[in-house]
Amino acid sequence: MYVYDEYDQRIVEDRVKQFRDQTRRYLNGELSGDEFRPLRLQNGLYIQRYAPMLRIAVPYGLLASRQVRKLAQIARDYDKGYAHISTRQNVQFNWPDLEDVPEILAELASVQLHSIQTSGNCVRNTTTDQFAGVARDELIDPRPWCEIIRQWSTFHPEFCQLPRKFKIAVNGAGNDRAAIEVHDIGLEAVHNAAGELGFRVLVGGGLGRTPMVGSFINEFLPWQHLLSYLDAILRVYNRYGRRDNKFKARIKILVKALGAEAFAEKVNAEFAHLKDGPTTLTEAEVERVARHFVDPAYLALVDLDDELSRLDNEHPGFARWRSRNTTPHKKAGYVAVTLSLKPTGTAPGDVSDKQLDAIADLADRYSFGEVRNSHFQNIILADVEQRRLFELWGELRELGFATPNVGLLTDIICCPGGDFCSLANAKSIPVAEAIQRRFDDLDYLFDLGEIDLNISGCMNACGHHHVGHIGILGVDKKGQEFYQVSLGGHSGRDARLAQILGPSFAQDDMADVIEKIIAVYVEQRHADELFIDTYQRIGIDPFKERVYAANH
Amino acid sequence: MQRIIKNGQIIDETWQLLPKDASLDDIRNSGDIIVPLALWVEHDRALLARDGGLGVWLDAGEEIEEIADQLQHFQVIALNFPAFTDGRHYSTAYLLRTRYGYGGEVRAIGDVLRDQLFALRRVGFDAFALRADKDPQDALQSFADFAEVYQASADQPLPLFRRRA
Ligand code: SF4
Repeated sequence: MYVYDEYDQRIVEDRVKQFRDQTRRYLNGELSGDEFRPLRLQNGLYIQRYAPMLRIAVPYGLLASRQVRKLAQIARDYDKGYAHISTRQNVQFNWPDLEDVPEILAELASVQLHSIQTSGNCVRNTTTDQFAGVARDELIDPRPWCEIIRQWSTFHPEFCQLPRKFKIAVNGAGNDRAAIEVHDIGLEAVHNAAGELGFRVLVGGGLGRTPMVGSFINEFLPWQHLLSYLDAILRVYNRYGRRDNKFKARIKILVKALGAEAFAEKVNAEFAHLKDGPTTLTEAEVERVARHFVDPAYLALVDLDDELSRLDNEHPGFARWRSRNTTPHKKAGYVAVTLSLKPTGTAPGDVSDKQLDAIADLADRYSFGEVRNSHFQNIILADVEQRRLFELWGELRELGFATPNVGLLTDIICCPGGDFCSLANAKSIPVAEAIQRRFDDLDYLFDLGEIDLNISGCMNACGHHHVGHIGILGVDKKGQEFYQVSLGGHSGRDARLAQILGPSFAQDDMADVIEKIIAVYVEQRHADELFIDTYQRIGIDPFKERVYAANH
Repeated sequence: MQRIIKNGQIIDETWQLLPKDASLDDIRNSGDIIVPLALWVEHDRALLARDGGLGVWLDAGEEIEEIADQLQHFQVIALNFPAFTDGRHYSTAYLLRTRYGYGGEVRAIGDVLRDQLFALRRVGFDAFALRADKDPQDALQSFADFAEVYQASADQPLPLFRRRA
């Protein structure tokens, strides 16, 4: 993974100093609350319902074991002993004291971590495929490009007071696991006829209050021009994005208002001035960054299909886990393993300090000392030897990470909701738990197959409910917490937004509602048809009828 | 008298900033003034005929393109921040310096605060009229917030990746 040189380190350390001083000035009254607010937000610090929340950047989800240990220590020393993996691959602490934040940042800087631009109206952490570098369907490794974008976006002087937050995602694979079509900018690596690398560029996707799938405005941007083109898009947005209404300030509203073509023209006119300027990327720079992402020292191994099948037969639990929580690897003899952070009864994405230490340990012993956070709020050991898979499974079971539900109905994406977040309309964690409890029969869960169920506590859509096959949104109904259900969302290639089922439900009814939706699917599905495919075939009406049928 | 930061020094303000609704009647023949864009657009000849120094100021929604071919007439271009979180004029300053080659003073006015100065200077501002309740002396420290930067901008023609040892 990328390792800071003295420049990167200096910038992060200067930030710690700067924020320490800003915090001091806030605490002694030199900075008002309104003046401090954007400053702390651009450093990931929210003032929440019960305490501040500090969001740590995990660039494109990648962490080294020593960084994981540092997070464990911070959870122990400054929080209540746990951390939360966010839906944007970051890590959040829910209970630090504001006075301690400068010290936490100094600790983070000692392992090349920071919280720069994890909130606020600026370019946020760039996200990507959690299987980057190991996926079989990969065209290029997106991580060097994410790092190049990270550096470009870090304290970009012109784009530090944007109309609204700005999220970039990069995909380098056949399947889109990074949900690029619902980002402000989505980049997809492509090769042209001459075999040269470039990016397909999408703008104007996003969830939140006005969810939209973005539009591709450039089918082939040669890689050299990536940053200048980003500059051009951001300049158009910075100048013309709406600032009069924060609910209309995202770039998607501007793209919609102008039309994607007219927006593209504006970008191209701007880009014409910037093209071939000093920000044009050089082969030397791309190589410098890419050197940090070369393959680890893989052994020459062979795939162990027969042996693993034999183990499957002997240990049905292993078979089940292997079928859900492992992903084929580009390298023979290796496999990627997903640690489920979704056992029933734990808030999705929460990990304790002890678990973090254990994960760091596993990373060192099984996976070249690295882990990845996924936007599904799980953690991945990307480079595990197949011959040690059974042994690893045993350890994961002990640690509570072996729930074999990755991709299944109970692998719920869920924002912190009303238990923590001051913006929430409703709690989300108890709803996730009620659904997990209702669907606790593993055989049944397996039979249902892949279903994305996403829960957000409010319109801000941190739980990505619009792109869940089943989406749940907390709403406020006369001061009561209610939940709106939507169906048919999808975040991969040709992303689709979910359709609202109808009037919202009380919290106590949610498990029943989901059960009815699932029952319709089970009755109507063709053999081996996934939930989302059945939904697309039969439409929303049968679900509506069942869920809203008068009770007899 | 208000004091402003100019090229990293604190100096006495000598320019008079005219309000948005100023009319030609408010203006004397001598003295240095900064006029709102609308007044310039309407009375450019009269303003050019004066003996005093001339500057123009743009509100956050006003576009530099409107005067891009008249920049030689202004000793000062002031860009207004109705709120420090309104970042539009960061782009304006950048364009003034890099695209339109403006070499005069580019001044930040309005809700101008210490913690934005580092970035403002990077994109091409060289003068800062801090909000009246803030101490410019304290604010000078912010120019040293960062020793190194990643991007090219008005202050630094090369991105770090072209300078990395
Ligand atoms: S979706 Fe709403 S409730 Fe949930 S974390 Fe985001 S802002 Fe908070």
